[in-house]
Amino acid sequence: MSGLQILWFVILGVLLAGYAILDGFDLGVGVLHLFARGDRERRLTINSIGPLWDGNEVWLVTFGGALFAAFPEAYATILSAMYLPVIVLLFSLIGRAISIEFRSKRPSRAWRTYWDVSFSLSSAVVVLVFGVAAGNAIAGIPLDADAEYAGGLLDLFGVYPLTVGAFAVATAAMHGAIFLYLKTEGELQARVRGWMWRSFFVFLALYALTTGLTPVYAPHAFDNFEHWPAAWIVVALNVLAVANIPRAIHHGRPTYAFVSSCCTIAALVFLFGMALFPNLVVSSTDAPSLTVASAASSETTLKLMAYIAAIGAPLVMTYTGIVYWVFRGKVRLTKESY
Amino acid sequence: MELDVVLLSRLQFALTVMVHYLFPPLSIGLGAQMVMTEAIYLRTGDRRWESLARFWTRLFAVNFAVGVATGIVMEFEFGTNWATYSRFVGDVFGSALASEGIFAFFLESGFLAVLVFGWDRVGKRMHFFATLMVFLGSVFSSVWIVIANSWMHTPTGFHIVERGGGPRAEIVDFWAMVFNPSSMHRLGHVLLGAFILGAFFTMSICAFYVLRDRHQELARRGFKLGLAFAAVSSLLMLVSGHSQAVALAHNQPAKLAAFEGHFHTGEGATDLYVMGWPDEASETVSFGVAMPGMLSFLVYGDDTPVAGLDQTPPEDRPPVLVPFVTYHVMVGLGMGFIGLTLLGLFLWWRGQLFERRWLLWVFVGAVILPYVANQAGWVATEVGRQPWIVYGLLRTSDAVSRSVPGEQVLGSIALFSFIYLALMALWVFVMNEKIKHGPDEPPAEEAGPKGERGSLLDAASGLAEPSRGLMSEDEP
Repeated sequence: MSGLQILWFVILGVLLAGYAILDGFDLGVGVLHLFARGDRERRLTINSIGPLWDGNEVWLVTFGGALFAAFPEAYATILSAMYLPVIVLLFSLIGRAISIEFRSKRPSRAWRTYWDVSFSLSSAVVVLVFGVAAGNAIAGIPLDADAEYAGGLLDLFGVYPLTVGAFAVATAAMHGAIFLYLKTEGELQARVRGWMWRSFFVFLALYALTTGLTPVYAPHAFDNFEHWPAAWIVVALNVLAVANIPRAIHHGRPTYAFVSSCCTIAALVFLFGMALFPNLVVSSTDAPSLTVASAASSETTLKLMAYIAAIGAPLVMTYTGIVYWVFRGKVRLTKESY
Repeated sequence: MELDVVLLSRLQFALTVMVHYLFPPLSIGLGAQMVMTEAIYLRTGDRRWESLARFWTRLFAVNFAVGVATGIVMEFEFGTNWATYSRFVGDVFGSALASEGIFAFFLESGFLAVLVFGWDRVGKRMHFFATLMVFLGSVFSSVWIVIANSWMHTPTGFHIVERGGGPRAEIVDFWAMVFNPSSMHRLGHVLLGAFILGAFFTMSICAFYVLRDRHQELARRGFKLGLAFAAVSSLLMLVSGHSQAVALAHNQPAKLAAFEGHFHTGEGATDLYVMGWPDEASETVSFGVAMPGMLSFLVYGDDTPVAGLDQTPPEDRPPVLVPFVTYHVMVGLGMGFIGLTLLGLFLWWRGQLFERRWLLWVFVGAVILPYVANQAGWVATEVGRQPWIVYGLLRTSDAVSRSVPGEQVLGSIALFSFIYLALMALWVFVMNEKIKHGPDEPPAEEAGPKGERGSLLDAASGLAEPSRGLMSEDEP
């Protein structure tokens, strides 16, 4: 295992964390969308993420491209193993995009309700599939000697992956609720406060359940903590971040709550990486797992892409910063809104 | 019955990529129109150009969103359906795809928000900058994707390494990969194709308004801008197409032979079929109209024979019918664009452009043609590469995912067909609504030199759209 291979494992982790934090809140807003009442409220929830969701999704595209480039074996195995779930994920991403885009284009009530349901459902399915994928990655999938998937469709929907899937939906809902609280005001905001509390407790319960099931279904997930006991610090910080969410909500400081939920998601992605490393696809059979070393591209490519990332990262930060700055503050409906 | 996974996966890829490619060329081409429209507004301060730019932006936003949604599918489909291919090319192909994400998509989607939602939030100059960045982003995107695709046609800058799971291509020279023999020719071709599409799109809408006597002031300006740009792009396309064919004779002779229905090399100068219907079984072209010696003249400038399909081993030959037909459709339409736009320019020069109603109607409908030409060109080049997925290195039949059962691919094709049909219907419907709604006229006192004229026009367009006042409440 070379330094460059580890670097790319870390970069993928950063991209995944960036994606989970950023698209996480707009997916979460989607999950909660149907709780908004009436056309005005629903337009407000959609437009709270209106200018941002598209840019957030680019993190996924870049994550996919980086995985393809840095670890093509893992990219090929994971996507072909999870064929139908990935196809459903892609449909949901399409469904979400067009729901946002088309919903407010006609005044008809049936039209708008249809797209509201489609938006909310597709958002939930996207997060669910990501969670199921993460659960499978941690627990392991059956591989053959050529690192091809050797299981069937139903093998992907075990208890553990489904639990992680539900946990992911709850996390996104909580994260989205806090974001929405920041973006709204008045009556809607008062009700979003209720969503925040409820989704937080669902999140907490599923967090506990997932943590409890992990030693049962994926005992190897804790191996790395023996090598690097310092990683427990991240666990401790994670607990503090989670605890700070209700505290900040209670004290009426939603910005802190949002920062805490961002930190929580970042810590969860870190723990996900800890559970995997040095594997990328854990094998549940006798065949070897795909590891950071065995799945990687050549050193030349990894180095080349490290340069590309070094040039690109500051640019990406700048664009993201500009957009979030221009669209800061409470959501307002204007002529250009969805 | 055993399902043919290779055939199904090819069908699915063809379906998803062809539907996807309805949208990006319009994003690029309409983006170019928006940059020019807004630049003219900045220079002249004429609010009519601003109205037009805002209108194009609204259409652009819908098109862009659908393009992104269908594009994400493409990125993951390499892994879902073509896992063996992904393992083989990841080392080379991946860096181009990752560059696209980092350099193009972030730029595009970031500034898209400012472009669409930022009209009243940022200054004029900042907004123009955002438009420019979105356009550049879409161009960068095409740069990286065309480079990656061109590498599949003319691979360079790599070596083959044997590994546990099989051989794979590893990069040795990044710039040789980027500037592979076909990438720059093809990039120019793709961009010009998009520019022509964007210009015909704006011309179609503007011609419609002129014919219906709506938004005359805006529509005439928009039409002329589109016409000038389409004429220049169409003429440049002639140069680009020619340089591509010459390069093709050198890089992929079998593909050129398939395009031209050129089965037997023969002696002396090779003829060029202007039209015809090739028959692969008998290796002849029926109903062929040929220009004697023209192909040799175009490729070599003399009467050197051009290599026919007989120079390629039978197992490595591409099919002929589909590449031949699509290639000829594309070339024919390209010539048509030159003819149509030059006619338009001539009438503009004579001051009769907007008096020939039949010609305006032709322009209303002509927007379909660049779509057909873009699609036909891609079908020709991709089918012409067969039986290879990476030319000379990996066969398409060896490239599919081994672990995916045919039933699942069949199921996903059914789902894709259903969703994409609905998607295209929605796209047409929403675009149509937006076009019927039309641009918002600029405030009367600033519209023209005389306020009276502007307000009359406003009144006229208001009458033409009785629902407009009501719609603006709901219509974003």
